[in-house]
Amino acid sequence: MLSWVSKILRMKFLSLLGLLSVALVAGVLVSPSLTPSQAQQPAPSNPAATSPAATPTPGRVAGSAASPFGTQTPQGGLNIVVLDPAHGGTDPGARGTGGIRESEIVLDFAVQVRRALELQGFQVVQTRQGNENPSFDDRSATANAQRGAVFVTLHISSTGLPGTARVYVNSDLPPVANAGGLIPWDRAQAPFLGLSKAFGDLVQGFLAQRFKGSPDTAQSASVRQLRTTAAPAIAVEVSSVTVEDRADLDRMAPGVADAIARGTAAFKPSYVVPSTPGALP
Amino acid sequence: MTPSWKYWLIGGLAVAVLAAAIYFPILRRRVKRAARLQQQSEEQARRELTQPIPINPSDPRVKAKVFWVSDAIDSTLAPVTVELPLSNDPALRSKQVLNTLLAGPVDAELRTLPPDASLLAFYLLPDGTAIADFSEALATSIPSGIVSEQLAVNSITRTLEANVPQVQRLKILIHGQEVETLAGHLDLAGTFVVNTKVAQEPAKPTPTPSGTDKPASPAAAAKARAAVPGTLTATRAPGKLAQAESRP
Repeated sequence: MLSWVSKILRMKFLSLLGLLSVALVAGVLVSPSLTPSQAQQPAPSNPAATSPAATPTPGRVAGSAASPFGTQTPQGGLNIVVLDPAHGGTDPGARGTGGIRESEIVLDFAVQVRRALELQGFQVVQTRQGNENPSFDDRSATANAQRGAVFVTLHISSTGLPGTARVYVNSDLPPVANAGGLIPWDRAQAPFLGLSKAFGDLVQGFLAQRFKGSPDTAQSASVRQLRTTAAPAIAVEVSSVTVEDRADLDRMAPGVADAIARGTAAFKPSYVVPSTPGALP
Repeated sequence: MTPSWKYWLIGGLAVAVLAAAIYFPILRRRVKRAARLQQQSEEQARRELTQPIPINPSDPRVKAKVFWVSDAIDSTLAPVTVELPLSNDPALRSKQVLNTLLAGPVDAELRTLPPDASLLAFYLLPDGTAIADFSEALATSIPSGIVSEQLAVNSITRTLEANVPQVQRLKILIHGQEVETLAGHLDLAGTFVVNTKVAQEPAKPTPTPSGTDKPASPAAAAKARAAVPGTLTATRAPGKLAQAESRP
């Protein structure tokens, strides 16, 4: 009788040991997807799962589709595009004689640019969704909080040959003194200037194909918005609010969107993103 | 009351009415003039206080190069030669060429700066840094946009570069104040490199005005190449962003 009891107890002990080892193996398999960097970042999404109908809030990744079990592996490289429709709120930007306001048109452009980028598999974060006017620093902060992001700010000019589009990268900035690995906020763009130029040239190349009279390469200018952005960053300016009919500008939106999406996709393989947001490239 | 007293009273009143009829129009004119003086803005008063720029006819007439918008190539600048009596004093000479730039070309379409903008003050420091203080109209009347704002600043820096070699860097103020942007796009926080041949590296952020129509200097290009890794890979040690200190 006692021998039967001891056998049953031994079997229970062995089964418990087995269950414990299975749990340990499962824990080891699951743990790599919970790194500290991921815990601080928006979870990388599966591009296929990105929903164009998703309406993210500013500063959050559109269409994120993280697994509830945390088993999704992070995708390396460039994944996120921070899209900045310039101006907004009390700042209408450039104004045309026919009542055209830059702040409204760039928001409409952003919808099409976003759709084109999502078709290329990128996540899109917008600095504003409606008629708000975040500060320059707030817009840069949205980009600087992302890992593996590029920044595109959209503008409509007051002058220039209508029907053309120009890409700008920030002018030369003094080299960053890397004291303790910190980048000064007001020169955050400095280490990224080379990357921004490469990115800008690609987008400008596609724009030049679509819009005759546009330059072949990106121009440099002291654009305030770009200076504090710690990512490859460009400004795209479409000419201009002086068109008689707003439809002339609306017709340019698909071409601009396509050029930005194709330029970003072409830039992706050449950009190895830093391990932490805002880190030096 | 005697009749003679009545005559004196009527006569006195008649004289008073006559005097008032003469004096009231004069008084009205004085009140109107005083009202006009009160309407003058602070900026107009400041402009009156600024010293007029003396043009000395005995100064040598030189062919100055002034940069306005090119009528041949879209959104670029082109030099126009203007014969002017220019002072040998660099600060005075800078004022003279900038006022010529502000006056604009014959074809108003080729202007780079608004017609109602004016130069309020100009200083030149011993290290070659110039400070140009423009009226508020430069920021409020300029067409908003990267290209138009860049053309405005480039026309100022290139006109100074062509005519006043002593000016190496330029800081632009609007009505005596440091502003973040010219009209929402172009960064005015730093100084602009004017003389690309001899300009030394300043301590503050230095947005250069190099752009569509002004190639960066070889030295600046070399510096940029040195600052940016040749390969587009993470070859440097990762770092964190510092929080904003000087600006919110």
